[in-house]
Amino acid sequence: SSVEQKMANYSNKLYHQLEQETGIQTGYLRTGSISLAQTQDRLISLKRINSRLNVVGIPSEIISPKKVAELHPLLNVHDLVGAMYVPEDAVVSSADVALALASAASQNGVQIYDRTSVLHVLIKKGQVTGVETDKGQIECQYFVNCAGQWAYELGLSNEEPLSIPLHACEHFYLLTRPWDTPLQSNTPTIVDADGRIYIRNWQGGILSGGFEKNPKPIFTEGKNQLEIQNLREDWDHFEPLLSSLLRRMPALETLEILKLVNCPETFTPDMKCIMGESPVVQGYFVLAGMNSAGLSLGGGAGKFLAEWMVYGYPSENVWELDLQRFGALQSSRTFLRHRVMEVMPLIYDLKVPRWDFQTGRQLRTSPLYDRLDAQGARWMEKHGFERPKYFVPPNKDLLALEQSKTFYKPDWFDIVESEVKCCKEAVCVIDMSSFTKFEITSTGDEALESLQYLFCNDLDVPVGHIVHTGMLNEYGGYENDCSIARLTKRSFFMISPTDQQVHCWAWLNKYLPKDSNLLLEDVTWKYTALNLIGPRAVDVLSELSYAPMTPDHFPTLFCKEMSVGYANGIRVMSMTHTGEPGFMLYIPIEYALHVYNEVMSVGQKYGIRNAGYYALRSLRIEKFFAFWGQDLNTLTTPLECGGESRVKLEKGIDFIGRDALLQQKQTGVYKRLAMFILDDHDTDLDLWPWWGEPIYRNGKYAGKTTSSAYSYTLERHVCLGYVHNFSEDSGEEQVVTTDFINRGEYEIDIAGHRFQAKAKLYPVTSFFTHKRRKDDVELSDFHGK
Amino acid sequence: ASTPQKFYLTPPQVNSILKANEYSFKVPEFDGKNVSSILGFDSNQLPANAPIEDRRSAATCLQTRGMLLGVFDGHAGCACSQAVSERLFYYIAVSLLPHETLLEIENAVESGRALLPILQWHKHPNDYFSKEASKLYFNSLRTYWQELIDLNTGESADIDVKEALINAFKRLDNDISLEAQVGDPNSFLNYLVLRVAFSGATACVAHVDGVDLHVANTGDSRAMLGVQEEDGSWSAVTLSNDHNAQNERELERLKLEHPKNEAKSVVKQDRLLGLLMPFRAFGDVKFKWSIDLQKRVIESGPDQLNDNEYTKFIPPNYHTPPYLTAEPEVTYHRLRPQDKFLVLATDGLWETMHRQDVVRIVGEYLTGMHHQQPIAVGGYKVTLGQMHGLLTERRAKMSSVFEDQNAATHLIRHAVGNNEFGAVDHERLSKMLSLPEELARMYRDDITIIVVQFNSHVVGAYQNQEQ
Repeated sequence: SSVEQKMANYSNKLYHQLEQETGIQTGYLRTGSISLAQTQDRLISLKRINSRLNVVGIPSEIISPKKVAELHPLLNVHDLVGAMYVPEDAVVSSADVALALASAASQNGVQIYDRTSVLHVLIKKGQVTGVETDKGQIECQYFVNCAGQWAYELGLSNEEPLSIPLHACEHFYLLTRPWDTPLQSNTPTIVDADGRIYIRNWQGGILSGGFEKNPKPIFTEGKNQLEIQNLREDWDHFEPLLSSLLRRMPALETLEILKLVNCPETFTPDMKCIMGESPVVQGYFVLAGMNSAGLSLGGGAGKFLAEWMVYGYPSENVWELDLQRFGALQSSRTFLRHRVMEVMPLIYDLKVPRWDFQTGRQLRTSPLYDRLDAQGARWMEKHGFERPKYFVPPNKDLLALEQSKTFYKPDWFDIVESEVKCCKEAVCVIDMSSFTKFEITSTGDEALESLQYLFCNDLDVPVGHIVHTGMLNEYGGYENDCSIARLTKRSFFMISPTDQQVHCWAWLNKYLPKDSNLLLEDVTWKYTALNLIGPRAVDVLSELSYAPMTPDHFPTLFCKEMSVGYANGIRVMSMTHTGEPGFMLYIPIEYALHVYNEVMSVGQKYGIRNAGYYALRSLRIEKFFAFWGQDLNTLTTPLECGGESRVKLEKGIDFIGRDALLQQKQTGVYKRLAMFILDDHDTDLDLWPWWGEPIYRNGKYAGKTTSSAYSYTLERHVCLGYVHNFSEDSGEEQVVTTDFINRGEYEIDIAGHRFQAKAKLYPVTSFFTHKRRKDDVELSDFHGK
Repeated sequence: ASTPQKFYLTPPQVNSILKANEYSFKVPEFDGKNVSSILGFDSNQLPANAPIEDRRSAATCLQTRGMLLGVFDGHAGCACSQAVSERLFYYIAVSLLPHETLLEIENAVESGRALLPILQWHKHPNDYFSKEASKLYFNSLRTYWQELIDLNTGESADIDVKEALINAFKRLDNDISLEAQVGDPNSFLNYLVLRVAFSGATACVAHVDGVDLHVANTGDSRAMLGVQEEDGSWSAVTLSNDHNAQNERELERLKLEHPKNEAKSVVKQDRLLGLLMPFRAFGDVKFKWSIDLQKRVIESGPDQLNDNEYTKFIPPNYHTPPYLTAEPEVTYHRLRPQDKFLVLATDGLWETMHRQDVVRIVGEYLTGMHHQQPIAVGGYKVTLGQMHGLLTERRAKMSSVFEDQNAATHLIRHAVGNNEFGAVDHERLSKMLSLPEELARMYRDDITIIVVQFNSHVVGAYQNQEQ
């Protein structure tokens, strides 16, 4: 990912100058690295990385197998289709780097306690006050849990346990004795991901390890199970990697073994490291779970964490690494053990769009799970919650998991198309129960007052109205983007993205006044949410409730409790998260099956069908609905993404981020979220966009995409992404105006191929009024779908 | 020029052939504990003859303690081995029963009350019992226990297992002989009892009761104990003697039992009277009856018997019958914790594999390859190439272990598919299994295997009790 790239880049620079700064040899050697591709798909994935490296100024190139052989004389290149060469990649000795960093820290007044173990962290009133060690107490305001494999246990040892989901796996690497005629010291490091191995020079011989398909998880029961020093070499386990190594470098046959090292590495549930502040204890920071990339990411990770502690925010958006993306639900040892067994091989697996983890599934489900599954639902998981992607019709077969991996048009394309079409022309139902749902109530006006301070839009609306609003930080960036319904004068219902459950909870608790009669409740589990999308949703609902649902009686962004079928007290909201007409139904879970059955049975005559998140995504992106966590993050403000209408600067309350927005309004924005419609892109034959593709404006790099989807209405791919205005001379960021956006010619770079794109700041409404002509109607339209 | 198309069975096809007859039995646990010295057994058989002439049996004795397991290798047809597989364990069980129980059973039969069950069979669906002969067999068995009741001297002496086994073997063979002489009014049964008597079968039976293991053997099947040494290695202890020309004591016995002038003819070309490989067997009345009796029975017998050249043919140099006996040789072994398993198998296995290999393969299979010593480089000079060769070999071994859930199947896979290096070669396995029926017997014999696994904890507990 881009933040990891930045971390690695910073580490490289840091280690490069470390020797000079400290006088301690770090073994830093610029050898360059070659990532090999045995398949076309792997080459595509390398080309994508190559495009991204180039735009951030890291030199790299895609090279032919022949060039690989020139750069590394011992490699067998016959089975390669290409490779990526990064000449500035370097190797260091991890122990020496650690020593150099420690010594540099000591010189700056840091005290290091050797051979001292932390027993637990002392906490008073939700704030770190000290550390209890086996050699006594140390007072402190901040504590960073960098305990690696033991971070999980240390996190749980507090009075208020902190869940840091990580788990160790054994990791093996081989050391050989030196060659008779040593390789040149600058021979590049090799990453043969298809062969699951890496190879680098080591003291005249080689060092080679890998990420095998069948990892051995270890320390599931905790620290005292087995001494880390007593870990055994396991040659039988290493055999596949050794075979792969000898295939890649046949000359190794005659090289003598020095030893096989067993050095456990720590892995996380999503292959991203864990950093950030505890959601429950202030001053308690974490940096752990490096997924075997500790050395390459360490320098950058340390920098971001330091900024976080000092300024309250790191200088980059690190949400994908934030501890708060997890909750206690990922804390089960069984879950972690199973999941890391999937994650470790994934490091060298081909990373394709829309990958879903296969382990640790079916943890949180909607009460309709079985019903939907029986109707062909295929599932993806977010924050432990199963969500339908799409519904496979009974007569249709999809590819098996391995075969379905592709960078091109996926096999579900037609399925999602018919779901989208049904949303446009009839009505679809999507189970969206995973959304995070909070209720905020108070006896007096505290609820309204607090929310007005926390949110940028005006929440002092009549009862029954829904407000889309950002929850901003003091820099005006989005901490959360949500919809809030005013249920009564003194109670509010708040809907946020699924993975906001921990972060938003922590944020609200941090800022809501303590000791007041204000009640914040997480009601996520209490409601099943059904999204009725489409022009006929209104017919279905009015038939089920005997209430008029037309816009006169039920305007958009309106919320009402009503009965649906026999069930009373259903929260009906006229919004669909897609810009299409329809309703969200928030149903107390015990009524879920009843309401679903009623909706489906009444909906039959309106052509109702199930739909999934892929259809929703297509609809949302073609309407330029940005999504928090993908398009919006803590470093983007409403003004940068067309959210001005959702900011009420003059609502009379100095809400968090208001100053920053006022300032920004005056100076202008330095980046702007735009929607790009790919022009000369062939959906059937060209590589599909995903996210992170470089955007070129008038041939110059201007930013990266944040998400993309195929729009079945426009019959084009749509990407969302930020446009910057980098100065020609200094590369400095300059103000981006509407005019700047509109006057550019744009291209999107997908794995090295640039496609022309039209930039839009507002959705293309004219396209959407898709009317069916009379003579287009045929008999099959009468068939139930 | 066109080359003949090679036909190979795929690995799944090979597996389905190998697994067609496999059977496993686990001794049920009570209260979460298995108090039996036997954990369970795996059995399997692979035919070479069509139909297969080998049989197998396994049963738990219900009125006494102990389990019976046996393999039976038939020749000149499967009639005799089938009959022995159905009947022998009843004869053994009855021989083991105390006087009071025999009386109780006899009274129950007499008064038409429900009978006490004697055996709990553990059968593969392909292991059948003859329905038609059931009544006949029962009557013979009843006559046997009635005689046992009559013979009772009133002293309630402990029943000697060895003696019981010998009596049961001899009595059953006697009954087979008598039934053929008497005949049966039912023509089907009449022909059946004659076929049983004129064909033959060897038997190798184990009786396990706590730590007491008795093996009764008649013929050339074999019982082999798998012993795990302290260093984890495996050694084989033979618990039976083959009754064939390779056994000096058997040669001696035969010479002693017949006049000196027959010394050269009684065993010729390593065969009894130049004809029969095993020197002891059930049935085979051609080697037991007088010439007169044989002729009389055949003449009065059904046409099918008359038309059969084999039955009519009188062995050469046939002067002082009987030449053959079903009397078993019984060995006793007291189980120790290091005795991990017992392999009972017909000569089809022992012809193709050395006993030491059999025990090692089963031992490694049962303990799982993870007990295989891990490789450590230590201070040795090993190149990556050498290490790779070693690892590939180990993996090949391992993969054949994981294919089988049954130790007997695993053993058959090795017996049929082993190459010169002792590793299973799929191509060879596939070739051997695709041989047409007519050819199969030329390359191999029927193979029947039972692998009994012992419960070392229970065996150890017995030992401690007595110390």
